[in-house]
Amino acid sequence: MSKTGTGAESLMLSLMAERVDTIFGYPGGAIMPVFDSMYDYLGKLNYILTRHEQGAVHAAQGYARVSGKVGVCIATSGPGATNLITGVADAMIDSTPLVCIVGQVGAQLLGTDAFQEADVVGISMPVTKWNYQITEADEVAEVIAKAFYVASSGRPGPVVLDFTKNAQIGKTALKEYKRCSFFRSYIPAPIPKSEEVSAAADLINAAKKPFALIGQGVTIANAEKEVVELLEKADIPFGWTLLGKSAVPGSHPLNMGMLGMHGGYAPNAKTNECDVLIAIGMRFDDRVTSDVKMYAPQAKVVHMEIDKAEISKNIKAHAPVLGNIKETVPMLVAKVHGAKHAEWIASFAPLYKEEKEKVIDKQLHPKGNDITMGEAINLFSEKTAGEAILVTDVGQQQMFAARYFNVNKPRSVVTSGGLGTMGFGLPSAIGAKVAAPDREVILFAGDGGIQMTIQELGTIMQSDIGVKIVILNNGYLGMVRQWQELFHQKRYSSTPLANPDFVMVAKAYSIAAKKVAKRDELASTIDEMLNHKGAYLLEIAVEAEDNVFPMVPAGAPLSSIRFE
Amino acid sequence: MEQKQEYTITAFTENAVGLLNRITIIFTRRHINIESLTVSASALQGIHKFTIVVNTTEDQVQKVVNQIEKLVEVLKSFYHTNDEIVHQELALYKLPTKGLLEGNQVEQIVREHAARILEVTPSFTTIELTGYKHELVLLFERLDKACGVLQYTSSGRIAVHRAKQEVLTDHVEALAKLKGENKIDKVSGKTWDWLT
Ligand SMILES: Cc1ncc(C[n+]2csc(CCOP(=O)(O)OP(=O)(O)O)c2C)c(N)n1
Ligand SMILES: [Mg+2]
Repeated sequence: MSKTGTGAESLMLSLMAERVDTIFGYPGGAIMPVFDSMYDYLGKLNYILTRHEQGAVHAAQGYARVSGKVGVCIATSGPGATNLITGVADAMIDSTPLVCIVGQVGAQLLGTDAFQEADVVGISMPVTKWNYQITEADEVAEVIAKAFYVASSGRPGPVVLDFTKNAQIGKTALKEYKRCSFFRSYIPAPIPKSEEVSAAADLINAAKKPFALIGQGVTIANAEKEVVELLEKADIPFGWTLLGKSAVPGSHPLNMGMLGMHGGYAPNAKTNECDVLIAIGMRFDDRVTSDVKMYAPQAKVVHMEIDKAEISKNIKAHAPVLGNIKETVPMLVAKVHGAKHAEWIASFAPLYKEEKEKVIDKQLHPKGNDITMGEAINLFSEKTAGEAILVTDVGQQQMFAARYFNVNKPRSVVTSGGLGTMGFGLPSAIGAKVAAPDREVILFAGDGGIQMTIQELGTIMQSDIGVKIVILNNGYLGMVRQWQELFHQKRYSSTPLANPDFVMVAKAYSIAAKKVAKRDELASTIDEMLNHKGAYLLEIAVEAEDNVFPMVPAGAPLSSIRFE
Repeated sequence: MEQKQEYTITAFTENAVGLLNRITIIFTRRHINIESLTVSASALQGIHKFTIVVNTTEDQVQKVVNQIEKLVEVLKSFYHTNDEIVHQELALYKLPTKGLLEGNQVEQIVREHAARILEVTPSFTTIELTGYKHELVLLFERLDKACGVLQYTSSGRIAVHRAKQEVLTDHVEALAKLKGENKIDKVSGKTWDWLT
């Protein structure tokens, strides 16, 4: 005889069966039965109350990206649900597995403009991998199982479940939970075809100047080792996309740096010089390719991808290899010959040297009095020696961090890539720290972006989350100001910021904090921060009108890269 | 720019709430207008079939089809040029019966187009024609000129592929592997049972 219970209880049992250990959320009228049910599980569950639903969803994203598990967040109907949407869209474009459960008015009230009713299924449809409205308690267990399967399998993504109140309180049999691993309309990963792998191997084996592009797909597939094996065996230098940063060790000798708009000179220039371009788990975003017509026209392209819709979407693939790269990369390793490309690899060095002289040295060892972002980030990088988790907000500080903060471990970068969501940093750092409490989590945020979700300092206070927050304060919406300087004759429309005293703000939340403006205090303050147990906020006053270089202007060919 | 032409997209799907919306969003996002859209049953039990006509480039239609197929409730999607399919539309024409009775011109037109008379009342007559879009339009123009068409409507395109069966074999094979099944039956209405 099976027990009966409410839809809300069925939900909690289902989440337990999916081994959910952490939930981020915010309560409200239409989701109260779920919160009531959750009260019975607080011993087994790490529940974190954020200060805004956007904080909850970004925290769930940070948690998912670092743990590799599905991030879970819960919110109420109407405004609670609409507040999640930015994070859901962010998770969609960055392939982050999420299950977001939101309350909804009772099924009998649907479509009547009831209090706090919003058409969440309609609103979230374009930005979810799947969504569903649960209107009966009996559906709960099966829908949750499907939601976790869809969110985490194949190319991951967010699932939104709209949970009507009657279904939360309705009675249902609490049967044994069955995880979902199959439904007939969904094939998470195409079956690898050995002909495709052979065709790719032939191109690679004939290549004199191969170059690989590493994307987040490698991280998602947990294929870091396999990919390094391939690159080493065939001696292929590689660059990485922003989200691919921690898919490959930062200090690997074949690592040539970041691709794209603010990437390195060598990887961008060599993209247009290589004979075979091997893209692994990346999608040729326009921030990587810039002008697609001028992108690697000389190269034969091998594209290893799980999502068929990405093949030849932006860049034509001569040898597509569809399938989970955890399977296809080892198949390829078996077919590629050991090779040496010493001369080709050595040809990257002069370009790097040029970039170093024109850009990197100036950034890391500035002559001026003001601290630069790159200098501060580089110090953190040295002191954490590739061991820390890097979280960023969006803007100049994000690009400097991607360029100058070294990570050597997998799943160690959390940043908003595809959507570029300001305000992502602080809450996602919370999620990252919850996922990896024993690792150092360092957030770099701008003075603009931090204020988009600064209320999450309250979450840090209440749930005692030991993130290290670095505000790189240039007094501007710096990245926009940079474009105004370079392309709009320095007409600084809407970019100067009057900022609060961030140290006082942190103190108001009982978070240790300090401000540094002088170079000679920087290293010792960073030490103090890193030695501090628990959260710490460090505001660093940096050069106001600094620019991120190199830069490929948006839509221009890679060859139009600028150093100043 | 690549040449635009008419393509017929078909998609085999589950019967899920909101799926129509998910599919049309894919077109809206890319600023592609849907010329016609029909949803019906398919030869496979429980599987629905979308038939969508668009005027666009092959590059675009290919990408759109991939995006449709990526939806978790879609089994498979294809695109075809007009010579790869057999397709028809259906139109209804409402005329004043008076027009029909004055002279034999209207009757002549109806005969020439092999249209059917569905209903005659003292005031109105309803005529039906199945055919290609341009045939339906031609009949409209002729009737309108002869006696004035009071109401006109036409359906979306429906189409079947020139291949023998619903072409889902690849999909079924992939599913069988997912499920760890060795035997792969040819697609028929019945084979779907083990997939549910
Ligand atoms: C939600 C949101 N609004 C606007 C933007 C556009 N935007 C991109 S970078 C940026 C400036 C960020 O300024 P700040 O946080 O101070 O960082 P900085 O560039 O100065 O390091 C803006 C406004 C965005 N990416 N996200
Ligand atoms: Mg700033």
